[in-house]
Amino acid sequence: MKELSLNILDIAQNSITARASLIRIDLDETPDTLTIRITDNGCGMSREMVFSVTDPFCTTRKTRKVGLGIPFYKLAAEQTGGSLSIESKPEAEYPSDHGTVVTAVFKTDSIDFTPLGDIVSTIGTLIQGMGSIDLIFTHKFGNFTVTLDTTELKETLGSDIPLSTPDVLVWINEFLKEQYNQLEKERNQQ
Amino acid sequence: MKSLAELAAIREKMKDKVSLREGSNNIRIVVGMATCGIAAGARPVLNAFVEEVAKQGLTDTVTVSQTGCIGICQYEPVVEVYKGGEEKVTYVHMTADKVEKVITEHIKGGKPVAEFTIKA
Repeated sequence: MKELSLNILDIAQNSITARASLIRIDLDETPDTLTIRITDNGCGMSREMVFSVTDPFCTTRKTRKVGLGIPFYKLAAEQTGGSLSIESKPEAEYPSDHGTVVTAVFKTDSIDFTPLGDIVSTIGTLIQGMGSIDLIFTHKFGNFTVTLDTTELKETLGSDIPLSTPDVLVWINEFLKEQYNQLEKERNQQ
Repeated sequence: MKSLAELAAIREKMKDKVSLREGSNNIRIVVGMATCGIAAGARPVLNAFVEEVAKQGLTDTVTVSQTGCIGICQYEPVVEVYKGGEEKVTYVHMTADKVEKVITEHIKGGKPVAEFTIKA
């Protein structure tokens, strides 16, 4: 993957497959690290499954016997000296608070750090394809946080206009870009 | 600054259209968005389809959707077009630049762009 935002798009698809109704994507930057946490309230995984998802020969897909999403992501984190961790509560054992948290830490000063890339495009693509699932996105840099919460957008839009409506997707794109312009100003001041 | 008031305006604008659109979407454009598709560049292809469909005013008849791995990873980005009553057309090695031609000649014009298909 050429951008971490593409890994995020790929990993978040797993939350959709896990029938989550809410996905959170939280980015947190410090001067020398980037932490990406993807949280969902989907069906979760057993301990054995959590252990084996970093194995390329483990996959939920039916068309091939290899799955490279998590292994690629893990490699991207570890090659910077960072780490990947997965915590999951399977629905069978936790009927009321099941779900999965995938946390990746990247050392941003490493020469092998993959740039975040077009995260705004990733968020738009996710919203376009995730139907009625809610998404909360935050990107924290110093005292500034970029935020998008689809539950708030749905309150304004009502139930009859889906978030995947092209006009709405354009609005979301511009809403996020404005906030990122602000974040870049903060970055340049430091 | 972008405001929620603008979203409310979109809602007002769309309100009348929604009832018309129910059930009339008879063309589906499906983009493969599994690891293989994403790594090969499917994200800009999907976004180009969404933008072009909106730009050419086709949202009433065309739905753009995402799917998982279609099973021909070496041909990604893969796009499938389903038109009511016609055989499925599979476009391979798609790029955002090819999207306008597919929309104009195939979706609007009814003639699949043979040079972009899997059979070419």
